[in-house]
Amino acid sequence: MDASETQAVLSARSAARARAADYLARRHRFRWPECLPWLLAIAAFFLLPDRMTFGAQVLIMVMFALSLDLILGYAGIVTLGHAAFFGVGAYTVGLLIARLGYTEPISSLCAAAMVAALIGFGTGWFLLRYRGLTLLMLTLATAIMLQETGNLRSDISGGYDGLPGLTIAPLFGIFQYDLYGHVNYLYVLGVLGLIFFFVRRIVYSPFGQALTGIRENVRRMHAIGSPVHRRLVTVYTIAAAIAGVAGALFTQTNAYVTLAVFDFDVSAKVMVMLILGGTGRLYGAFAGAVVYMVLEDYFSKMSPTFWQFGIGLLLVLTVLFAPRGILGLIEGASGRAARRAGP
Amino acid sequence: MPHIVSIAVSILFDGLAYAMFLFITSVGLSVTMGLMNFVNLAHGAFAMAGGYIVVTLTRSSGVDFVPALIIAAVTVGAASVPFERYLYRRLYKATDLEQVLLTIGLAFMAIAVFTYFYGPIPKSVPLPRWLQGDVNLGFRAFPSYRAFLIVLGAALIAVLWYAFERTNIGAKIRAAVDNRRMAESVGINVDRLFTLTFALGSALAALGGGLAIQLFGLTPSFAVIYLVLFLIVVAVGGLGSLKGTLLAALILGVFDTAGKYLLADAGGFFIYAVTVLVLLVKPAGFYGRE
Repeated sequence: MDASETQAVLSARSAARARAADYLARRHRFRWPECLPWLLAIAAFFLLPDRMTFGAQVLIMVMFALSLDLILGYAGIVTLGHAAFFGVGAYTVGLLIARLGYTEPISSLCAAAMVAALIGFGTGWFLLRYRGLTLLMLTLATAIMLQETGNLRSDISGGYDGLPGLTIAPLFGIFQYDLYGHVNYLYVLGVLGLIFFFVRRIVYSPFGQALTGIRENVRRMHAIGSPVHRRLVTVYTIAAAIAGVAGALFTQTNAYVTLAVFDFDVSAKVMVMLILGGTGRLYGAFAGAVVYMVLEDYFSKMSPTFWQFGIGLLLVLTVLFAPRGILGLIEGASGRAARRAGP
Repeated sequence: MPHIVSIAVSILFDGLAYAMFLFITSVGLSVTMGLMNFVNLAHGAFAMAGGYIVVTLTRSSGVDFVPALIIAAVTVGAASVPFERYLYRRLYKATDLEQVLLTIGLAFMAIAVFTYFYGPIPKSVPLPRWLQGDVNLGFRAFPSYRAFLIVLGAALIAVLWYAFERTNIGAKIRAAVDNRRMAESVGINVDRLFTLTFALGSALAALGGGLAIQLFGLTPSFAVIYLVLFLIVVAVGGLGSLKGTLLAALILGVFDTAGKYLLADAGGFFIYAVTVLVLLVKPAGFYGRE
């Protein structure tokens, strides 16, 4: 094959790739119902001005669940240690402030994303060769080992007491963080918006389709020559970075961080949220995190024991009766209604 | 006796006792996971339930420790059957994720129920006189309770080994772990076999839970905290392998104890480091099938 032929093959290939991307983008054009969650989030800002700190926490969990949706919902990687990246992001910001005195919020977020991505890449490279129980145990062990490392160097990390009383510089050097968290809420919402559209682009790209293919039938993807391991590591790294940003926002919102961010409970909680909302459907993270956080806020004040029983029951019922989550239930109901109304 | 030898003996002895606890509690999990490929995160909840039955029997009803252990094991073993029949069975063909979610949901519910009835404060158990204090083995005195654990563990290993390797039912279990379809096609009722091993595994978990009270104290969160250890033992040993579970329990028990003795600060780190190393080299565990 001479140079011009190679050139022709390459350009045909890239044209095909562009056609596929174009087709996917057209098929998943932005539609008006997708504005709804964002309008609700903005409405919450005006309607519930005294619950803004809680609101920011909900948005952070949405972001965290969204990052899990990328790897669990789309790529089908079952992990019990996603808190590792949330914790790394949270501690990056915490340590920047407490140990280095660096308080600028946005560059701290970027730093958190980079550190989390680095750890996601490093662990993902090793772990994503494995499946099933082995993968579950390895991801779990990663989070616990990070926590133990923090505990070991409690002179730096503050140990289980954590890093309390962190101060953050004004946003863009102008907007001071107020006591009621108004500025912070809009800040978190803005970051979530950016990240959401990034994730949406990924999911509806040929890369995102390849991930779904890996989830549905990994053998076939190998057979058609898809670089499975590379794709998995890539998406794992991206998800780690997003989880890191969520963790960083968590530290900035609360102005403290403790080693509890690495707890198994955190990994379990985010998974429950995602499952509750529905995996592999982007807005599942929104529905799940909001429903979970509001229920938790309400019931755990009443009785934490009762709430724990409630989550357990919710999980069992979801798995048995609504395996596609809240959004799956809604889709099912609207599908039935459409059929009934149809010809 | 020189100091260093004395420490080594202590580590070995405590590590062995700890390993026996790990083995007794995890072996059922390993066999049931090997049989059905079912990820059962509620196993720790069965152990915790066994522990609380022992606490209630010894504290309120005045039953002795050892009979209480037996009653707890039998009760939990029997109580686990309906769970298997009506809940787990629906998800044998489901994905890992759905199994993880269902069983962690059950574990959360169990923790809540036991917190409601017993409170979150650690419980202890009154031991009979012969399990208190030390036992002198000539060259050195050892805590009687740990010696009891080692003897009991060794006896159970012998019984399980015999049942697994020398009886008809053990042969059927091994056949089903190796190749489920083939076992079914030669007429082995794998479903019934599974119910049986599940009940036995839960009973052993309950026994382990009862034995753990004296070592770690018992709180409802036992169901999740120690679950991680049981899963590690199963993963490192290899699913469905008696030999593997024993080897993993011994290695992890002794390593963890050594870590806590020698480097108190880094104590928790060791067991996970060993786990990661083993699994990176042998992803299916020591005796698991690749």
